[in-house]
Amino acid sequence: MIKGSSCFFSNNILKLLFSLVIICSSNLSLAAGEKISYPQLNWTFSGILGTFDRASQQRGLQVYKEVCSGCHGMRLLAYRNLKSIGYNDDEIKAFAAENSVNTINDDGEVVERPARPSDKFVSPYPNDKAARAANGGAYPPDLSLIVKARADGANYLHALLTGYVDAPAEKKVPDGMYYNKYYSGNLIGMPQPLYDDGVEYADGTKATPDQMAKDVTAFLAWASEPEMEDRKQLGISVMLFLLLLTALSYFAMKQIWAPIKNQ
Amino acid sequence: MSKSKFKNPVVKWIDHRLPVFSFMDHELNHYPTPKNLNYFWNFGSLAGFALVTMIITGIVLSMNYTAHVDYAFDSVERIMRDVNHGWLIRYIHMNGASFFFIVVYIHIFRGLYYGSYKAPRELLWILGVLILLLMMATAFMGYVLPWGQMSFWGATVITNLFSAIPLVGESIVTWLWGGFSVDNSTLNRFFSLHFVLPFVIVGVVILHLVALHRFGSNNPIGIDVRGTQDTVPFSPYYTIKDLFGLSVFLSFFAAAVFFFPNFMGHPDNYIEANPMVTPAHIVPEWYFLPFYAILRAVPDKLGGVLFMFGAIAVLFILPWLDRSPVRSSQFRPIFKIFFWILFLDCILLGYLGAMPAEGIYVILSRIATAYYFFHFLILFPLLPYIEKTKPLPISISEPVLGGGSPASAFAMREKK
Repeated sequence: MIKGSSCFFSNNILKLLFSLVIICSSNLSLAAGEKISYPQLNWTFSGILGTFDRASQQRGLQVYKEVCSGCHGMRLLAYRNLKSIGYNDDEIKAFAAENSVNTINDDGEVVERPARPSDKFVSPYPNDKAARAANGGAYPPDLSLIVKARADGANYLHALLTGYVDAPAEKKVPDGMYYNKYYSGNLIGMPQPLYDDGVEYADGTKATPDQMAKDVTAFLAWASEPEMEDRKQLGISVMLFLLLLTALSYFAMKQIWAPIKNQ
Repeated sequence: MSKSKFKNPVVKWIDHRLPVFSFMDHELNHYPTPKNLNYFWNFGSLAGFALVTMIITGIVLSMNYTAHVDYAFDSVERIMRDVNHGWLIRYIHMNGASFFFIVVYIHIFRGLYYGSYKAPRELLWILGVLILLLMMATAFMGYVLPWGQMSFWGATVITNLFSAIPLVGESIVTWLWGGFSVDNSTLNRFFSLHFVLPFVIVGVVILHLVALHRFGSNNPIGIDVRGTQDTVPFSPYYTIKDLFGLSVFLSFFAAAVFFFPNFMGHPDNYIEANPMVTPAHIVPEWYFLPFYAILRAVPDKLGGVLFMFGAIAVLFILPWLDRSPVRSSQFRPIFKIFFWILFLDCILLGYLGAMPAEGIYVILSRIATAYYFFHFLILFPLLPYIEKTKPLPISISEPVLGGGSPASAFAMREKK
């Protein structure tokens, strides 16, 4: 009888804990997602074994550079970080040198020098106020962490970038605002950024808005979690080790306890 | 102590002067432990492991963290991006907090189910509740340190609760903040306290263990150990069982750290704190949600604060609220049903804490809060008078015998 009831207890609590996890995960997405649902895409980097698609990331960097970087900074990313999406030192040096940063020379004067690989991505505006002033009061957020800083970030971003449609007749769109079916409240300060052939891809990929949105999202997902591939790879080894440890300790436990259980 | 049990001459020499080895041998090796403990008794050692993990990762993080409103957010990102394996240390610490609470909550519910708080373990229980309270304070202040939007607004909402105190409330809040809003001085003091409180927790944990070892562990049938036939030495029986439990725990923990590190976090905390922009929903970390629901269930601010702290306060007096001499729910059929109602009630409160405070959620929060206090303040004291408990076994190693009224259960305890 005693054994039976403790078993009953364990089974029940497992079921309850399981439902707890379900409840938690569903309410997290509810609380953050505002009930707008986005198309769920099949990203190469999702899932336990997912990795980034280098070609897509590089195209994404091009989209960022030619389209987004006009207004959005990526202040947490350094040019040297581009090495992990497949660029070599010379390419990075040249890429960085297209921008310039302020520095103070030996005479104490503020002078400009070309950016170096060790510099962080140069932001388009000198400060937040300048950014706001240039964009009708709306602040273009820094994109370094954007995929982690939004619920279901990758899908959200792709949806947002491709979500510009004509506003329904009853919806008034004020000057300087644009209608986007995926933005919370539908009125966004950012004009539609991606048009057919907005960039010319070196690898010949057709630059549709959908393609560009996917590519820039792949790039930004990496920028948010540059450690992701290392993390998952290490995770696999750690899990294998722990499974082995669990199995060994289980059988050791059974063996040690055998005389007591058989009493 | 006449003949040393140690062969190694150095150990023998030291132990004669400073009996640390005897102490460890007594408390970790020979320490008699009931032989019928189930897996729910693993969670104490797991909590200890989680505490040590949090302290070690926390110390490493503090070496790379800058407690300043202008640099805190970026310094955390520097840890994530530039410090060698910084992402690993930080994700372990971040998810470690959640797992610490999961383990501790299971540990507490285990104590509730098996009556581990009853005489003679009242102080053991009270020290445990004190640890919970310290953990909550530590976790709350730790969450502020990355200086994201939820850090800032969570800190603002929670510290503002103290303004509900009559007359001195506003002054207390100013004193807590070290200024007139959550700002740099707030961040600095929270960092300082977040660093030091874990060591206070270690101190209370030591007292918790001293109290535990005074009478030993409770067990699933909740009756006292009658002799050596009921126990096994802690080592190797429970060291190996704890190792197995730890491996299972680590498997879940590692899965979260490596594959879903941000699942239990909030995306808004990857946006740097901005006092000018309030997030749409300010939600605390999941482990505070039941208390947050209680806070918001009460229409009056001061009342809400009192009920929220009251939800913890009732745990302190629990040993005297529960009048039944029978510890384990296995022999308390009605108590057992209500235990599961309480468990579901707490989960419901957690769910409600994450929902906006409007409409049906408010009504449900009030019902769930009322039940929580009903359970502890009314049900616990009254239940022994109406509940017919099942017959208790004579001992852990012997089968069930005789009667089954509350009276006989009382008598059973008198006899020994």
